[in-house]
Amino acid sequence: MTFPPAGESGMSADERESARQPSQLANPIIAALEPAVMPRPEGERRLELRHISKAFGGVHVLKDVSMDLGSSEVIGLLGDNGAGKSTLIKIITGVHRPDAGEILFGGRRVEGLTVQKARGLGVETVYQERALADQLPLWRNIFMGRAVGGPLGFLKVGDMRRMTAKLMSESMGFTSAVLTPNTVVKGLSGGERQGLAIVRALHFQADIIILDEPTMGLSLRETEKLLQFVEGIRTAGKSAIFIDHNIFHVYSVADRIVVLDRGRVAGQFPTSRYSLDELLSIMREVATGGAFTEQERYRPAAGLPGAATGASEDHA
Amino acid sequence: MNPGVATKRSPRPRSALTAFTTSWASQIGITVAFLALWLSFIVLAPNTFLSDRIYLAFAQTVPYSVAIVALFLTMVIIAGDIDLSFPSEMALGMVGFVFTWQATGSVELGVLAALGVGALAGLFNGLVVTYIGIPALVATIGSWYLFRGLTLVLVNGKSYALVATSTAPSYDLLVGKLGGVIPMEFVWLLILAVVAWFLLNRHRLGQNAYVIGDNRLAAGLMGIPIRRTRIALFVLTGMAAALAGVMTSLQIVNFYPTMGDGFQLPTLAAVFVGGTSVFGGRGTIYGTVIGAFMIGGIQAGIVAVGLTDYYTNMIYGAVILAAVSVHALLQRRFE
Repeated sequence: MTFPPAGESGMSADERESARQPSQLANPIIAALEPAVMPRPEGERRLELRHISKAFGGVHVLKDVSMDLGSSEVIGLLGDNGAGKSTLIKIITGVHRPDAGEILFGGRRVEGLTVQKARGLGVETVYQERALADQLPLWRNIFMGRAVGGPLGFLKVGDMRRMTAKLMSESMGFTSAVLTPNTVVKGLSGGERQGLAIVRALHFQADIIILDEPTMGLSLRETEKLLQFVEGIRTAGKSAIFIDHNIFHVYSVADRIVVLDRGRVAGQFPTSRYSLDELLSIMREVATGGAFTEQERYRPAAGLPGAATGASEDHA
Repeated sequence: MNPGVATKRSPRPRSALTAFTTSWASQIGITVAFLALWLSFIVLAPNTFLSDRIYLAFAQTVPYSVAIVALFLTMVIIAGDIDLSFPSEMALGMVGFVFTWQATGSVELGVLAALGVGALAGLFNGLVVTYIGIPALVATIGSWYLFRGLTLVLVNGKSYALVATSTAPSYDLLVGKLGGVIPMEFVWLLILAVVAWFLLNRHRLGQNAYVIGDNRLAAGLMGIPIRRTRIALFVLTGMAAALAGVMTSLQIVNFYPTMGDGFQLPTLAAVFVGGTSVFGGRGTIYGTVIGAFMIGGIQAGIVAVGLTDYYTNMIYGAVILAAVSVHALLQRRFE
């Protein structure tokens, strides 16, 4: 047996039981070519990535990554620094173009994806506070990149201010009288900034919400609120990809955890079938794999327990 | 859903009055500095500064020597770039004017040609900065030399008398007097200031310029057309420079190929005195207009006060440093 979690179908109850045994865990890197795709009816596929590769200046950041996202599904995307999480996200959001592979939205292939196109297809991203403009007022941040205006490009500033005020009181929980749509972002607390970034993504009827390290810099209470909010995404029938370093946060809200390792999908793990402890040991193993020297990294089959022969050739 | 409730309060103004002061700190600061300078001139040279003659003179010279270019340069700097090549764009635009005017005899076509050449020069700057990726400071030092050299080569270093243009109707429209009193340069400045204000505050171009200057990474992530916006701002600045070049030349009914070079530092100073941040993301049209009249008024003020011209640079320096210090201190105090 190679890696247990790739695909639910065809797995007996016994096999599922044995997959729960940590000793049975194969080396995740062996499964690196497995796609993170779930069998599901066509109508429920919101987003599919097929064989995506991307290199920057000769460095292969993503190698043949396949992944899908269903409706009402929350995926937790885990992986070390440099695993390719951010690049994968930027490909979905249209910031980067993949070198190879295709992207499908609702089963339809989309060519030449740009940020504007992706937004039009219902993708919104919470980039944390990195994507806020500090010196600009709240309303300009809310409508960044999608300002409301007439055909000649003139803005409907009054409309945008009113909508911002409404969002502030109804969705962000900003009640302080000194916070107005004209307040500049600079003075906001970490939680308020996060609220702003999330509301910005939500306001525009997104179907796919991508949260890039959303718990970074949040207090415990703010984190709790955020996780509740992610639950709300699923309840509303929308989908989310939740990227985080912290497996504890991800595990509590995700339906499925996809682990990236050095540009490949190292495996996918439905949280209904994997305990947090099992996932922790899997993550440890992925991390241990990364502890080898650079040359050994790509042929980790040698000397690792549970290694299946044959797969190593793909990494040589 | 209510994800963003703050648990700890960051320091921020407590009353509506301080909130107002915070959002307008920069404009209030520049206005106070302007009034202080003006009052000191009135006190020191009451005869000059209590008569209307000096203000009519300012209204004529400040627009073409500083203010009109400064309006659009402000937007370039807000977007995080800079353009040092505008003095050469003024002259190069005038080459377009002179050649077209000589060929067709039409001042109007000459003005259009100058604007076209200015737009092309700005486009060149924009393309070099965004597609080759040279920092604007460096690229426009290069294009400043390039456009100046091109001007000198095209006209063979000659100057041109433009006396014959003064009979054209558009001559009066550009550099005449409204009602026989108010210089048209000033009228154009007001019109262009309103246009620039709308572009910056009520148009996508300005919204995008602010975001690009504040956080270029965010601008990219949020799908803002970064290159297109930056190029458009360089084009606008090139056109403004060409218009200022036409006004300068028609005013003195002469075109000389080294025109404009004395305007470079005063124009940049006006933008920074007006509170525009050299790091981008911050700046106002109001501040730039006030800054332009401060910078443009200093020299005449110094002469009127009775100091020799040798003091000019010293006082320029003191005023510039004082004004930008006010902005820096206000920013620290309120943010």
